[in-house]
Amino acid sequence: MLSKGLLMQRNLRISMFLIALITVSAALSAADEGRLKIATTSSLYDTGLLESIVDQFIEKNDATVQIPSHGGTGIAIAAGQKGDVDLLIVHDKAREVNFIEEGDGLERRCFAYNYFYIVGPDDDPAGVSGLNASQAFKSIMESGLSNPNQVKFITRGDLSGTHSKEQSLWKAAGYDYSAVNTSGPWYVDAGSPMGATLIMANEKSAYTLTDMSTFMAYKGNLTLVPLIEGGDELLNVYSAIAINPEKHPGVNCQLANQFIDYLVSPECQEIIGTYGQEQYGKPLFFKGEGNCEVMGCSAEECVVPTQAGCAQA
Amino acid sequence: MEEIWNGILRAVELIVTLNPEVMEITARSLFISFTAVFLAAIIDIPLGGLIELRKFRGKRALVDLIQTLYGLPTVTVGLLVFLLLSRSGPFGSLELLYTPTGMVIGQMILISPILIGLTISALRGVSPHIRDTAISLGADESQVIRTIIKEARFAVIAAVLIGFGRALSEVGVAMMIGGNIRDYTRVLTTSIALQTSMGNLETSMALGIILIGISMILNLSLSRFQGR
Repeated sequence: MLSKGLLMQRNLRISMFLIALITVSAALSAADEGRLKIATTSSLYDTGLLESIVDQFIEKNDATVQIPSHGGTGIAIAAGQKGDVDLLIVHDKAREVNFIEEGDGLERRCFAYNYFYIVGPDDDPAGVSGLNASQAFKSIMESGLSNPNQVKFITRGDLSGTHSKEQSLWKAAGYDYSAVNTSGPWYVDAGSPMGATLIMANEKSAYTLTDMSTFMAYKGNLTLVPLIEGGDELLNVYSAIAINPEKHPGVNCQLANQFIDYLVSPECQEIIGTYGQEQYGKPLFFKGEGNCEVMGCSAEECVVPTQAGCAQA
Repeated sequence: MEEIWNGILRAVELIVTLNPEVMEITARSLFISFTAVFLAAIIDIPLGGLIELRKFRGKRALVDLIQTLYGLPTVTVGLLVFLLLSRSGPFGSLELLYTPTGMVIGQMILISPILIGLTISALRGVSPHIRDTAISLGADESQVIRTIIKEARFAVIAAVLIGFGRALSEVGVAMMIGGNIRDYTRVLTTSIALQTSMGNLETSMALGIILIGISMILNLSLSRFQGR
């Protein structure tokens, strides 16, 4: 049993601890005012492009920018739908349009692009070299079905932007995706991020679809080679969307718009268009500026400053 | 909050409807971790007994080291086993990378320090009289070890269950060695990671609840067993 005095002393200590805790957390959340939280896809994060853009942005604006979500388009959109971040930078047009239609995002801004690669073993057992992307998929599936030990395809299988692109390529090749998905051991569902999927494809001497920038960043450790590197079917467009403050009060819309305006500025476009040149011998991304038609983006959404204001309900 | 509540409802739904994919993933999780714990226990419990019984130089340092490795990061074990099993690694020709067998090996390495260390602690609790009596009755080393393990069986079983819990709930080895391949190496923890990255937070929560449920059943059966 504690005496009354001791008990009071203990209560006092506990309350002092609680007060300290509250003060610290209040101080921490006060820093929120000038903080921008970005959810993005792994390719922009893993290659380091987004961080170098962020560094430039921070230097010019007195703001804190964090990238708490960088696992892929799927989880990034989920974070946006919950209002946990202020800005999305992703690469899946259909889901972006849907995201805005549902009122979660303000407007779409295309700002950069590159191409997906179909990569595979050097000896190319499915003979896809020289084909276009959907023909190549058809050939991989046919060879895979008849010879699953030699020909395998690894899918991300994680609803990422790359996985979405892969599904649309199967459709273009004339297949129903759910049929492909369950057609046999040649089709390996890795349920993994891009880097891990590339490593698995490398270990298994298999084909896979990858964004160009992640492949370049991992290339040094891989024996896989790019077999198909271009064509409209493999286009990969990155865009930014600020979260709608009307639906998600409390998001930092001002700073999100400011960041998008920086993304489309000539200065930042220059950074994007030259990023990776030194390290990889060629840039990992193409700038959006002047390439709206290539990217298939309308004039209103292509490399122009934000229009939508940040009015809250 | 909504996801947590919906996750609970979804977990109930997945279990009640015996969702085939969830059942299969759960069974695979249990099978792989059970195999890992079973094989590890066969090696580690006698090994723990041997370390405890014998006197040798550096024994204390060895026990300290084993106890330090309780908190072995799962990703580090994953990386280590990955490098060993990779095509370019020393055991590449065995083709164990991205297989359930590879996962079993990784999990065995992961939980061995816990099994050995907790066995040693358990055996320390056994009265030295029992050991001395066994020796005076003419028991050889393996008989003495068997006697004291039998004496400390509850604590040893608890060690095995802790190891099983760690194997079942770890994600580093399962992801790096198994590769989360559907219908082959996908287990509960890697599914949770995948569903989260897909943004399917409710399904993810539901799988987590199933995992917690399994741990709960295990613990309850242990305390039943000990209470007897």
